[in-house]
Amino acid sequence: MSQNINRQQVEKVAHLSRLDLTEQELELFSGQLSAIVEYIQKLNELKTDDVEPLAHCLPIHNVFRQDTVRPSLNVEKALENAPDRVDDFFKVPQILEESGA
Amino acid sequence: MLEGLNAIQLRENIRSGKIQSRQAAEYALKRIEKLNPSIGAYLNVFADKAMEQARAIDAKVAAGKPVGLLAGVPIAVKDNICYTEGTTTCGSKILANFRPPYNAHVVEKLLAADAVILGKTNLDEFAMGSSTENSGLQKTVNPWDKSRVPGGSSGGSAAAMAAGLCFAALGSDTGGSIRQPASFCGIVGLKPTYGRVSRYGLVAYGSSLDQIGPLTTCVEDAAMMLQVIAGHDQRDSTSVDNQTAPVTDYLSQVEKPIDGLKIAIVPELIDKAEASVRNAVRAALELYKKLGATLVEVQMPHFDYSIAAYYVIATAEASSNLARYDGCHYGYRSPNAHDYIEVYSKSRAEGFGAEVKRRIMLGTFALSSGYYDAYYLKALKVRNLIRRDFTNAFAKADCLMMPVAPSTAFKFGEKMDDPLQMYLADVYTLAVNLAGVPGISIPCGFDDKKLPIGLQIIGPAFSEDKLLRIGRMFESKTNYHRQKPTLQE
Repeated sequence: MSQNINRQQVEKVAHLSRLDLTEQELELFSGQLSAIVEYIQKLNELKTDDVEPLAHCLPIHNVFRQDTVRPSLNVEKALENAPDRVDDFFKVPQILEESGA
Repeated sequence: MLEGLNAIQLRENIRSGKIQSRQAAEYALKRIEKLNPSIGAYLNVFADKAMEQARAIDAKVAAGKPVGLLAGVPIAVKDNICYTEGTTTCGSKILANFRPPYNAHVVEKLLAADAVILGKTNLDEFAMGSSTENSGLQKTVNPWDKSRVPGGSSGGSAAAMAAGLCFAALGSDTGGSIRQPASFCGIVGLKPTYGRVSRYGLVAYGSSLDQIGPLTTCVEDAAMMLQVIAGHDQRDSTSVDNQTAPVTDYLSQVEKPIDGLKIAIVPELIDKAEASVRNAVRAALELYKKLGATLVEVQMPHFDYSIAAYYVIATAEASSNLARYDGCHYGYRSPNAHDYIEVYSKSRAEGFGAEVKRRIMLGTFALSSGYYDAYYLKALKVRNLIRRDFTNAFAKADCLMMPVAPSTAFKFGEKMDDPLQMYLADVYTLAVNLAGVPGISIPCGFDDKKLPIGLQIIGPAFSEDKLLRIGRMFESKTNYHRQKPTLQE
């Protein structure tokens, strides 16, 4: 089978997807994704130069509403499912390095 | 007394006081207790809450107060639809403990119509799959044959219906996830037009394709359920307002046959299904002819490309939608993460199952720099060609008929090692979502193993009223929908 996605590309896509995959998964997905991408190339049989892309099928386009203040989730409810919190905030590991300046 | 009643008959009995809502809820809860351990349809059952809802409806009836369209009808809801009772897991470990802070629009509608919500049903993780085998939490079997899958992704809702563990159910359909399990389980499943039902509170998979719809024992019940859930909701900007496409009276019209019905068929498509399926579909077409319908052969030259287009578009949308599972705001956080990147990448790697990872990867690939035009943009153009095929078919006929799936329910594990084989089995359902049109699956026969077969009827956008009437024409002359599987504990 031709490799439509090679192992290196699978690693790159896993990184872009923020998925810390195991060696086994990378191996398995390389083969499976390659077969699926090969199948998808079927789309190239069709000539589409003059065809508009269709993102959705709705008969509507922009949807506007009045810019009025409405109640929304309160802080307690919004934080109810947080894996970790401190006071009224979501708690996450440190993102920025300590600045020496 | 309750055995064999459909939802409308049950409601009529509750409204008139012949049956109490709490008797119906107790009946369903007892069946769940007895049969769910071996079927695995429900992930969560809210017995106390359901009884509380049932008692409130009985009190209304006793006091002579008006009751809603679903008065006292016990209903199951797919577990990707938010309900403030219990958890909404999407069949995923990443959301195993997620408790929604609000109700989905359709849940509000069910409750406002005086339904009793029994519990939440199993699904392929994040509705990604065609067999419910991708659930990260539980196995669901087909009540007709426990060695076979119930279909998917709304397999829990379909199995609950087929086993009589509820009187109606809600599912969601992104590429066939209502119609295909309905077909595998011998019940009715309706995917409404994209925009007909608000998706507010439905956990997003493929946002330009997702639609909520009913799974029921008969067409009339599907009409009633659609009546309850259809309509505009400003919290979902893709839900269509009443001026663009009014919600009509689906229920009162459903018994009215269509005079001079014209049915479009693509003979090569029907030929692709296995013998039992194509014979059942052809027999159904013969019956329609006897009822006065005319068959019109049409060409749909791009139909065959729907699998390739769908698995680019749906996975691209999924990769974007599922970026929200970051281990920070809600859902699972890996205890093994040391920095913020690992909070994302380890939480997601440990929380998602294989199929979800595959689809995120495929979608990310199709959207990534250097591949966007060749895959994503190309698929959107082909989507337009597929929609044109439907428009051309509907210019010549009222509806299109074809199988729902190429086979009846398959065995567990049969397609799990080869994801592409699983995708190819979606050949009849995906195009309907790409074109945004409504489709219904109704029981039209059984194969030699006594496994149900579904007939798919597809109509133009917002033609649900007609679609239901066409479905009812067949159902009123047949008995397939009345057959039930034999169940032991």
